[in-house]
Amino acid sequence: MLEIVVQSRIVVLVKQVLDANVRPRVRPDGSGVDLAHLKLSMNPFDEIALEAAIRLKEQGAAQEVVALTVGRGKAQDTLRAALAMGADRSILVESEFELEPLAIAKTVRSVLADIEPVLVIAGKQAIDDDCHQTGQMLAALLGWGQALCASRIALSPDQVEVDCEVDNGRETLRLPLPAVVTTDLRLNTPRSISLPNLMKAKSKPLDIVASSTLGIDVRPRLKIVEVREPPVRSAGVRVHSAAEIAQVLKDLEAA
Amino acid sequence: MKILVMAEHNGTTVESQTLAAIAAGVQIGSVEVLVAGHACSAVAERIAGLEGVERVWLADAPAFASQLAENVAALALELMPRFDAFVAPATSRGKAVAPRVAAILDVMQISDIVAVDGPRVFKRPIYAGNAIQTVESEEPKLVLTVRTSAFRPLGERAHVCEIVPVATVHELGLSELIGSDVVKSDRPELASAKIIVSGGRALRDAETFSRTLAPLADRLGAAIGASRAAVDAGYISNEYQVGQTGKIVAPEIYLAVGISGAIQHLAGMKESRVIIAINSDADAPIFQVADYGLVGDLFEAIPEILKQLAA
Ligand SMILES: Cc1cc2nc3c(=O)[nH]c(=O)nc-3n(C[C@H](O)[C@H](O)[C@H](O)COP(=O)(O)OP(=O)(O)OC[C@H]3O[C@@H](n4cnc5c(N)ncnc54)[C@H](O)[C@@H]3O)c2cc1C
Repeated sequence: MLEIVVQSRIVVLVKQVLDANVRPRVRPDGSGVDLAHLKLSMNPFDEIALEAAIRLKEQGAAQEVVALTVGRGKAQDTLRAALAMGADRSILVESEFELEPLAIAKTVRSVLADIEPVLVIAGKQAIDDDCHQTGQMLAALLGWGQALCASRIALSPDQVEVDCEVDNGRETLRLPLPAVVTTDLRLNTPRSISLPNLMKAKSKPLDIVASSTLGIDVRPRLKIVEVREPPVRSAGVRVHSAAEIAQVLKDLEAA
Repeated sequence: MKILVMAEHNGTTVESQTLAAIAAGVQIGSVEVLVAGHACSAVAERIAGLEGVERVWLADAPAFASQLAENVAALALELMPRFDAFVAPATSRGKAVAPRVAAILDVMQISDIVAVDGPRVFKRPIYAGNAIQTVESEEPKLVLTVRTSAFRPLGERAHVCEIVPVATVHELGLSELIGSDVVKSDRPELASAKIIVSGGRALRDAETFSRTLAPLADRLGAAIGASRAAVDAGYISNEYQVGQTGKIVAPEIYLAVGISGAIQHLAGMKESRVIIAINSDADAPIFQVADYGLVGDLFEAIPEILKQLAA
């Protein structure tokens, strides 16, 4: 008997970035941060986003998890990692150069038209450019609601309830679907990837779409004038007793 | 250039981040401020008396009571034809609203600026502050968020500017606030505190964290902060986290107690004027940024400091 299944899909936006444990090196000529030969990994917030989506699927709140990235060819490694974690399929929109959040949001919007997800989950920021924009821009372009910095996501068939970490505490938002949610660190601890799952991931779909075929103007809007090391703090002094700290505090208070 | 600055407020008081965002705006052009909320006219009146503000736009309606990003962005977009730039403090709300405004204006936003080098040239940290990028925008309109710890708030002035009501109500129904758990504390706010006493994983548990650090914070009139490890371990709630993914602070004095100084933590506090560190490990990276470092056991040092301060 043929059954018609209403697929409820979650799309997770992932980005490949310099690994969080690697210290970035600024090129001496000021042209940017040198990534050559350094370890690249999935943006930690995106890993959390993916873990959240996989758990929602495991709970039965969704049927399919699609990992989507917009980036260079080598970002395939990050999609393989996403598939090994538990994404069902993945899409790379390949571009020659690093795209800005606005261009990424437009690209994602165009790809989503075919997928029709109920939810898009993304990291709240990428730890390379620290922009904190893509999820919100995507939501605005689609005319959807957004819930940022999630520490809890409860998905039901027609709405999502999200605890959002805000400056002075926590806010709980309820959004109609579809919607965009971005994740914060305390939402979950992403699972590690097992070798068997890494092998299995090899047979899961990884579709590659050339950015140029989408007809979106993704040329950079901002000009990077230069990138420099931050000013270094001059070395301080070692004090040898708590009394000295107390004296320093008294002097500073008096000043 | 005409600048629209989004005010950060809680309905009754103007958050200090608003003042810093205004200070950044003044470096770019002439500043008008948007106040969105419900029953928040006191906020508008206070802002009308601030240095550098030329007009206040007040959107006072129940639809704006929870200052939902979708509604506030729609409101800002209604006003943007009059302005060349939209500037928001890089607070939770500012970070939620600004990218929506930028996307609909079809311009690239510049996040978290720490310096204005020219009307269209800005500095911003990337890689958790391990690099500083200088960016130039030739977009038809600017959309910026401001790292507020980098701009000194302007003061008040004798006269007030006009307050213009905005009548249009934007109720998009794209999200709804169904609960909030806001922390109330008698201590100063982390964002505006002159002194911060901050604790890390070494503080063992919630009870020890509070028993050890609270008396010192009270004595110094300081705010309390924490590392991510301390927050994750449940010593204190997440609003107190300092770092790349927590609050960015730059107080006069930052006292780091039992914090190793991971780059993500340093990203949130290394612009502090004076950094004091107490750590039992002489090789802890926090000592590389500390002006004064004490290698020792915090459980001996803190009581001793308190005793000396009382003397
Ligand atoms: C994407 C990402 C984002 C992050 N964002 C943040 C962030 O915003 N903020 C943040 O803080 N971290 C953040 N982190 C985590 C960061 O990498 C560190 O893990 C964290 O800062 C460590 O906290 P800690 O210094 O309290 O703990 P530890 O590194 O465990 O340090 C504890 C210190 O206490 C000292 N100590 C132990 N006992 C005593 C004693 N009796 N007396 C004195 N000293 C003692 C030890 O010598 C040690 O140096 C982030 C990590 C990632 C990957």
